[in-house]
This record gives sequence, structure tokens and C-alpha cells, in this order.
Amino acid sequence: MRYLPLDAVDRAQMLTRVGASDVDALFADIPAAKRLAAPLDLPNGLGEIEVERRLARMAGRNVAAGSVPFFLGAGAYRHHVPATVDHLIQRSEFLTSYTPYQPEIAQGTLQVLFEFQSQVAALTGMEVANASMYDGSTACGEAILMAHRLTRRRKAVLSGGLHPQYSDVAATLGAMANDEIVRLPLDPRAAEDIATQIDDETSCVVVQSPDFFGNLRDLKPIAAAAHARGALLVAVFTEAVSLGAVRSPGEMDADIVVGEGQSIGNALNFGGPYVGLFATRLKNVRQMPGRLAGETVDADGRRSFVLTLSTREQHIRREKATSNICTNSGLCALAFSIHLTLLGEAGLRRVAALNHAAAVDLAERLGSIPGVSVVNDAFFNEFTIRTPRAAAGLVDELAARGIVGGLPVSRLAPRAGLDDLIVVAATEVSTLTDRQTYAEALARCLQAEGKK
Amino acid sequence: MTETRYTKDHEYARVEGDVAVVGISDHAQEALGDVVFVELPALGAKLAKGDSAAVVESVKAASDVFAPVSGEVVEVNKEVDAQPGLINEDATGRGWIFKIKIVNAGELASLLSEADYAVFLKTLA
Repeated sequence: MRYLPLDAVDRAQMLTRVGASDVDALFADIPAAKRLAAPLDLPNGLGEIEVERRLARMAGRNVAAGSVPFFLGAGAYRHHVPATVDHLIQRSEFLTSYTPYQPEIAQGTLQVLFEFQSQVAALTGMEVANASMYDGSTACGEAILMAHRLTRRRKAVLSGGLHPQYSDVAATLGAMANDEIVRLPLDPRAAEDIATQIDDETSCVVVQSPDFFGNLRDLKPIAAAAHARGALLVAVFTEAVSLGAVRSPGEMDADIVVGEGQSIGNALNFGGPYVGLFATRLKNVRQMPGRLAGETVDADGRRSFVLTLSTREQHIRREKATSNICTNSGLCALAFSIHLTLLGEAGLRRVAALNHAAAVDLAERLGSIPGVSVVNDAFFNEFTIRTPRAAAGLVDELAARGIVGGLPVSRLAPRAGLDDLIVVAATEVSTLTDRQTYAEALARCLQAEGKK
Repeated sequence: MTETRYTKDHEYARVEGDVAVVGISDHAQEALGDVVFVELPALGAKLAKGDSAAVVESVKAASDVFAPVSGEVVEVNKEVDAQPGLINEDATGRGWIFKIKIVNAGELASLLSEADYAVFLKTLA
């Protein structure tokens, strides 16, 4: 197959066929004022050595998460990923394979997906999990659509503790489908009464725990309130490591559990690719989106794997499929599975305990700075501090001192009136020195302010 | 007196008073193979003739069941929900899928009689 660009003769033929005088005529629908009249303002070409030098200089301005005290979380978490994970996922059998379209010949890939699903089901306390989605936010959007199908209702109530970007994705999908999305106001203290928001039109309530501000929420009463109205509970998490320490959403009666799996096995990766986790009860499996690997036996009775319940998927059901997603984040899911296998249950609990201990230590240090208070009553490895002046400026000052101090809430919610809040995460890779450095720097930033 | 009419999409509508009992024909179940799942319509759903009402899934395919006449879904067969195989065993009997309250009896005339459906099937062979 040839992949050559068109030549002038090809272009002329195509233009004649569509009846356009020249290429510019194809853009006639774009207002003239919006069109670029002059050529793009790009520099002339450079030699390879010059390009390398220039790009290296630009790259040098980045601050790598691993090179500074780093306390940013809010949906993406820096953890230690053992070198084994990277080594194993780079085996060409894994690295080069795409989603299995002729699945049964790819037994290794299917076995990986099956084990991944088993791990996700165990972690979330659910009965069945799919082979992964693109990321936590799209998994959340898919969960809402699934709840609509199950309940034959079209209204979702989103908790004010849901990550704002997850809410944005849900709102985008909802707008396209004319479904109703009710976004409760951002809720740093986990004080909202979501039960009163559920009515007979509500298909699901979407509640995150640990929530965007780090609060741990008891999902059980919310599940009971939802079920009493015939609605479902979609439980969300952005920090999968928390499942090593807190009660699983399944134990708290969630109907669908979705979350971001990045923090197990996957680096920050500039925000993606990540891996969405998706699990539910067996009785709902027909409405679950995504690929599903199943275990069976072959003609000789040997253990083997298949893609199962494929009639949910678009290559069979076309526009009536449960989702237009027929692929998965295979390599990220593999990294998740390898890391979790290396940790084992005891290892995950230990890592989770280390995370919590680091966060508690940091919260005590930051909370004892005059004017600074910790908002949360209960948290895992992430919490929110209230600062005596605008958080965004403080975070910038900290950055100037070489510290990535967390996420100012105003960055994602500029008009929420929460300009004095910073969401701060501490994981097992934050050292005691990192935490001391952060607390001292924040105290100094605030002292400098006091003297002015 | 009851009368059974058919569509060219292989649904049947057995008329019982002002209600039509709807399912897929014996020919359709034979062609689909083992039915493993049935997605039933919502009770009370108002359907126009030709609307997609239910889905019948066999091991390798999912097929829509269209409303043969317009009306409101007044009953769904919970038995086939639990035992989809009933459609293979007894498509026109215990394997019915839903009942629809007929709003326009005139629509029945546009469906095939049992004899015409048999002739239609021969043209497919």
C-alpha cells in the first residue's frame, strides 16, 4: 500500500469532480475574517543538531515530578512503579498488540485481561469488571449511560465531591443525548445532603470517595436512599490505591463502580494515557459497556479464554451497542495488573498505609501553620487546606521555591468562590524532608505576606 | 376468535380481543439459533408500528423485534426473561415476548396471514 501525498494532477482532478475552482474555495463557508490570509509565521528549517539543542533547552524548563517535593494529586497520582513493570510491558507480545479483533488466537492477551478484570472486581468488591475503559472520567460517563439503560430513566445527580473534570465529561455526554445532568455545588466539607436530590426520575447518583477534596464518604446511606427511589449508586474513585485501605464500594452497596486506575502501575504520563476501571453486579452485565474476557475450556478441556457477551458490542449490535467503545487501555491495564500482582494484597495494604501516614503527617504540619486549616475530617492520601489568601498565588510562589504544592481549586473551578483552597496529596514517594520543606516554605510565603 | 398475523421481519401478532401477543416466528428462532437473552420493552411504552420494541440475542447476533402494530405495551413475558430458551422451544406459545394494546385495528390488515407468511418464507429459501 502506498502512503504518498497527492500531487498536483490528483488535486486538480478532485477539485474538478467536486466543482471547486481551487482549494481555497473549499473553505468558503468560513467567514473571511476568520481565515488566515498570510502564511503561518513559522521559522525556517534548522539542522538536526540545532533542533536537538533548541528542544533540549525547552525541555530543561520542565520540572519533573520526581525531581522536586511534589504534592499534586486531584485525579493523577505519583507513586513508585517498580522497574519490573516497565520491563515486562515492553515485551513485544504485549507492547505491539492491539485490541484483539480475532481474539481467540491471542490467548496471552485475553488471559491478561481476564486477570485484570478479576483484580478490579476484587478491589471494588463487585462481581464483574470489564477489560478497562479509556480513563476514569469516560468510565464515569459510561456508567451514567448504563444506569439510564438499566432504569429507563434519564436524569443523573452528580455529587459536589465529584472531580470537576469528571462532571464536565458527564455533562458533555448528557448534553449530546438530551439527558438531564444535575450538578450539585462543589462541596469541600462533604456536607451536602444528596439523598434529598433523588426523585422518581433519577436514574443514578454519582458519588466519589475519596472525593475531589479528599473526603472519605460513607456510601451506604446514599445507596439506600437511591435504591428506595429505584435509582442506582455509581461510586467513583480517582485514587485506586485507596482501595487498599478503605471499605470497597461494593461492600457499601454501590451498583456500578468506576474509577481511574493510573495510580497503580502507571506513571503520570503528562495526564494520559490512563486506564478506566469499570465494575458492576453480575445481574447488570448485559448493559455493561466495554470488552469482557471470559474463562472457558477448549475442545480438549484445557483452560482457555474468550471475549464473551460480545453481543453488547458495536461490531455485532451496531448503533444499539451499550457503548461505542470497543477497545480498552490494554497496555495501561497490563501495567496495572503487573504492579498489583507484584504488590499482592498485603503489599497493597502496606502501600496504602504508607500513603495515609504521609498524608496525616503533612496535614499536621500544614494545619499547624498560623492561618492555615485542614478542611477534612477524614481522608486517605489527599486533603484540602484553607489558606489565608488566594491559593493560586501561593501555589505559584511555592513553585518558584521549587515545590509543587498541590492544586488550587480555582484552577478547575474559577467561579466557585473557593479561591482559598488547595487540594494536596502525599503518597509513599513523599519523604519526610519533602514534607518539612513544603511546610516551611508555605509558612515563609505567608510570613512574607504578613510583614508587607 | 384468535387470528395470527405475521410481518416480513418475522414477528407474529396473535390477536386476542384488543390485544396482540407478539413474538418471533418459528422460522426466526430456527434461523437465530440458541436464544440466550431477551431485552423486553418497558411496560407502558407507547410504540408506533415498526418501532424497535425488544431485542433477541442468540450466541452470535442480536436482532431487533419490531412492533407489528401501534399501541401500548401492556404485558411483558417475565418467563422468557428468566428462560430465553423458551423462544426456541415454543416461539409462538410460551415464548411470546410482549403484549400490545392495539390502537388501530386497521394496521392488522397490512400484515401477512399465516398462509401468506408461509408463501413468503418459500421465497426466501
